[in-house]
Amino acid sequence: MKSAAFWGVLAAILAGGLALTAVLENEYYYNALYLILQATLMAVAWNILGGFTGYVNFGSAAFFAMGAYTTVALNKALGLPLPLLILAGGAVGGLVGFGLGYLTLRLKGVYFAIATLAMAIVIETFISNWTYVGGARGAYMLTPDQHLWFNSYIQMLFMVMLLLTLAAVAISRMLSSSRLGRGLAAIRDDEVAAESAGVPTLRLKLVSTTVMGAMMGVAGAPFPYFVTFVDPVSAFNLFIAVNAIAMPMIGGTGHWIGPVIGALLVGSMQEIVKVTVSSELNVLIVGVMLVVFITLAPQGIVGLVRKHWQRRKS
Amino acid sequence: MFSADLLANAVVAGILLGGFYAAVAIGLAIVFGQLDIVNIAHPAFIIVGAYIAYILNSRFGFDPVLVGLLAAPAFFVVGALIYRVYFLAFERTGQESLSGLAFFFGVMFIIEVVLILIYGVDYRLVQADYIGQSWRIGFVDFPFRMLVPFAVATALTAVIYTFMSHTFMGRAIQAVAQDRLALQLMGADPVRIKQWAFGLGIATAAIAGSLLIVIGPVEPSVGRLYIGRAFAIVVLGGMGSISGMFIAALILGIVESMVSTFAGPSWSPAVAFGLLALTLALRPAGLFGRR
Repeated sequence: MKSAAFWGVLAAILAGGLALTAVLENEYYYNALYLILQATLMAVAWNILGGFTGYVNFGSAAFFAMGAYTTVALNKALGLPLPLLILAGGAVGGLVGFGLGYLTLRLKGVYFAIATLAMAIVIETFISNWTYVGGARGAYMLTPDQHLWFNSYIQMLFMVMLLLTLAAVAISRMLSSSRLGRGLAAIRDDEVAAESAGVPTLRLKLVSTTVMGAMMGVAGAPFPYFVTFVDPVSAFNLFIAVNAIAMPMIGGTGHWIGPVIGALLVGSMQEIVKVTVSSELNVLIVGVMLVVFITLAPQGIVGLVRKHWQRRKS
Repeated sequence: MFSADLLANAVVAGILLGGFYAAVAIGLAIVFGQLDIVNIAHPAFIIVGAYIAYILNSRFGFDPVLVGLLAAPAFFVVGALIYRVYFLAFERTGQESLSGLAFFFGVMFIIEVVLILIYGVDYRLVQADYIGQSWRIGFVDFPFRMLVPFAVATALTAVIYTFMSHTFMGRAIQAVAQDRLALQLMGADPVRIKQWAFGLGIATAAIAGSLLIVIGPVEPSVGRLYIGRAFAIVVLGGMGSISGMFIAALILGIVESMVSTFAGPSWSPAVAFGLLALTLALRPAGLFGRR
């Protein structure tokens, strides 16, 4: 996609979101859209490490929860406004991501993936025992009274999340087409060869894990205001981690648009099934789709489309 | 707070718990340790085993451990089938690292969600005469609900150990782990052997599951806590060494029991993962490394 077209599409989506808040009142739709956008942001973030660099992160929920709990803690201690809380959530997530990057020095492939799972449970245990933020019992959040010019607070949260997601997509696209992105792809394909060809692998991996962590922290920061009650079970939910892995895998991990396609497709299906069939079955869909796609179409939807085009050309 | 009888009880409880952990980890010691297949869904199969024990126990009053032993052959077949899919989709095309991991992650998630859909998130338990009883020697307690799993798990470990070192198939499995190509040159089929080994690994999950539900009530998401425990034990034990795995399981059991006695049970989930992270960072080959 050409640069001008890309930015045009982003601006159009943003304008569309603003227009929507002017005409549509029903809060349910903003709830559903918020969840889809949150999943998209998480999927885009996961793909920066998982898709571009080839390191599997099973602990996405921990980064998300870290953002959410930064909000809970700072809101209780200082009562900061939302934009600052989002920045803080991103900073904490990025910092933990930076630490995770150093782990890649010693742990490759499978061991790294298991270590991220381990990290998630250790962090969850600490949060469950930290009584200041509610511990295992959870913490309530009050929805602030002001919501700019929007009709309701959820409308404002929806616009905030839309803005954040579009920013993440833009960053992801810039990363993938830059020199840095080619370095990451070299690491994914063969880390030893990349290192010996002069690619600064550690520095690139640190950038990759930090950006991923920061984006996930940002995704989690508004979450307490969205649900108004956070406990470790909801913030560290396995569903969040599965979504973050499955959506890029279903959409296609090689291209920046892959996680976006996967997240929009799976996310809207989940929301539709939640209202039409049952709120429990929507959790199952993503698991089944993940297994079906990686066994039958390992390159995801993007890969299927590419194959189709190539066949039509020849 | 700190006293001799508390310490003695914690150590004994830890040893009994550690023995049970050996049953949890032994399937993974074969599948992950020998075949390098990262089956993070292994604990999910253990939970399935626990639910089968629960169903047959509550319907017909069968002994849970007996159910576990009887269900093992069925689990073997399921495991062999799963390995078929895994081999065809990932191993043959060399994609096991990323896609294979996500595959088992998906399988784990599906098992958990399906169990929740059918049985809900309530805790389930089994009835047996021995579950409430216990021995008391001096000031140390030996509850039967821990002693029985310890005994069964130790026997299971001994059987697998003998199998791996004394039978043709057991040695073949170790040979696949050591040098796949050499095995092929000898005219053996590595895929068939791996299928056998994977089935065996999953079969142990049926027994481990029945032991799990003897120890205490089970709900579908409990399995996740055992991912860390099982992997910590296998890695600490040195990837595939059965005796090393058993010692690592006892170590984890004792440490967890100590932490739970002296710091509070809410801290015990972090122990296994902390131990795993430390092992991976300091000594990835484990205590009794294969390489």
